[in-house]
Amino acid sequence: MLRKRLLTQGEAIVLIALGGALGANLRFALGAIAGEALATTAAVNAVGCFGLGLLLFEARADELLSKRFRYIFATGFFASFTTYSTFIADIALTTPSVALVYITASYAAGFGGVFASYRVVSAVSNEPIQLSAEGER
Amino acid sequence: MEPVLLSVGGAAGAVSRYLVGLALDNELFPWSTLAVNVLGSFVLGVVLFGVSNDDMLLLVGVGFCGAFTTFSSFGFQTVVLWEQGEQKKAAINALANLVVSLAAFGGAWLLIAG
Repeated sequence: MLRKRLLTQGEAIVLIALGGALGANLRFALGAIAGEALATTAAVNAVGCFGLGLLLFEARADELLSKRFRYIFATGFFASFTTYSTFIADIALTTPSVALVYITASYAAGFGGVFASYRVVSAVSNEPIQLSAEGER
Repeated sequence: MEPVLLSVGGAAGAVSRYLVGLALDNELFPWSTLAVNVLGSFVLGVVLFGVSNDDMLLLVGVGFCGAFTTFSSFGFQTVVLWEQGEQKKAAINALANLVVSLAAFGGAWLLIAG
C-alpha cells in the first residue's frame, strides 16, 4: 500500500526536496548574518508560519495556486525553513528564564503569524476558507 | 561546501517529513508533525552531544533535522484545530510538541553523556 503510493510520488518528492534545500540554506544564511541565534530562530519561525499559512489557507479557499507550487513552497520551503529541533535545543541549552521568554515569544509570534495569514487570505479570496479540509504538510 | 551539505540535508529532511506524513496521515490529530518534531529533536541531540565534526553538524543537525522538523506546519495545524472548535486538542498539541520533544532531546543527552 505505502510502496505503491511511493512509486506515484516521484514528482512530489523532487519538488519537496528542492524546496527543502532552499529552506535549509536560507535559514542557515539568516542565522549566520544575524548572529543572534535565539532571536533569529524565533523570527524565522514566525515569518515561516505566516508564509505557510498564506499558502495553505489559500489552498482551502480559492485554490488558485497549483499543487506543484505547494509542494515546492509549502511542504518544501516554508516547512523546512522553520524548525522545531533547533527551537528545542535552544530551550534546553539556555537559562530557564530566557527559555520561558523564548518559548512564549516563539509560540505567540508563530500562532500570531498563522492567524494573520488567515485574516489576509479571508480578506482577499472570493471563497470562504474550508477549515475541515485535510491538512497539507 | 556549506550549501551542498545544507541542501542535501534539507532535501532529505523535507522528503522524509513528507513520507512520515503519508504513513501517519490522520485528520483527527496532527500525529505526523508531532512524530517528526520529537524524532528530529532526538537526532539533533545525538548529533550535538555525540558528534564533533562540523560537516556532520551542518548536514544532519542544521540541514536534515532543521528541515525534518517544522514549526510552521505545527503552528498551522494547531491554529486550524483551534478554529475548528477543538481548543482542547490544540492546547494538547501545543504542549505535547514542546514537552515530548524536550524529553527526547534530554534522552539523547542521557544516552550520550550518561
